[in-house]
Amino acid sequence: MKNKEPGMSLIVKTITRFTVGLVLVYGIFITLQGHVSPGGGFAGGIIITLAFIQLMLAFGQDEVLRKLNQEKGLLLAGIGAILFLVIASRIFLKPQQHSFVAEKHFQLLSAGFLSLSEIAIALMVAAGLFVIFLTLVLLIEEEEKEKK
Amino acid sequence: MELHIILIFMIFAAIMAVEIKDLISSVIALSAAGLGLCLAFLILKAPNLAITQLVVEILCVIVLIRGTINKDLPLVKDGRWLFNTIATLFSLAVLLLFSYLALKELPNFGAPLMRVSQEYISTGLEKTGSPNLVTAVALNFRGYDALAEAAIIFTAIIGTLAIARKIGKKDEE
Repeated sequence: MKNKEPGMSLIVKTITRFTVGLVLVYGIFITLQGHVSPGGGFAGGIIITLAFIQLMLAFGQDEVLRKLNQEKGLLLAGIGAILFLVIASRIFLKPQQHSFVAEKHFQLLSAGFLSLSEIAIALMVAAGLFVIFLTLVLLIEEEEKEKK
Repeated sequence: MELHIILIFMIFAAIMAVEIKDLISSVIALSAAGLGLCLAFLILKAPNLAITQLVVEILCVIVLIRGTINKDLPLVKDGRWLFNTIATLFSLAVLLLFSYLALKELPNFGAPLMRVSQEYISTGLEKTGSPNLVTAVALNFRGYDALAEAAIIFTAIIGTLAIARKIGKKDEE
């Protein structure tokens, strides 16, 4: 059977449509629950990157490049880094004040700045690692083209 | 005060590393700047990061020196096997003796709860609102560490992009 569309076969594409959302949601869950259960920004960000990589492997790179190319990814990574810097310096400037720490623990919105910095780290790690993956893939393809 | 001295030293070492013509001298000036950074981390009370910086710096210096030296370093083997064997055995014995003496003094695993960790465990939940104490320590009590680790990752991303980019790449012909 000839497969003219880019990417893998129909079975892989169909299953990817189901699982990409789950993987993405799991990465966001790990990120947001970092202050309650094990996990955090770094691990969650890498899981989010894995969802994008799965999408890219299954559907081919054009599908993903239309949504998130290198410039956008680098911009997102920079936004994440600057956000984390701002949040972190807010904590360091007034170390005694941990405002909006709620009375109830073990909840999603209970840790104040910790959750915000987790989100910023996850944004930076996810976008940055995906940009690295994208760059390496494009570089290898280009070298193969030059050889031909 | 010490921080300023170290920062000025690092600036001088970095300028030397850029300006010197000899490659090995440049690498050694760079490693001096890295050692200054490690000391600066220690003064800023981020010991975790200082260890990482030191280890990575050692690895980088080894790779860089290996890369800058064209020919292999001379390694004399013949005619002194007796001296080599005795020296190896002697240094092994000294190492084992001192590690025995040092390891005997170590406390049991987690046995005396140190003052700092006692504080974290007893008041971490109230102060940060995070039941996961690892996150509380990593992002709140030891925030400098997390900030600089994020900086390291961001630098790695930018470095990869700078090496693997298309623009600015010159043809070798």
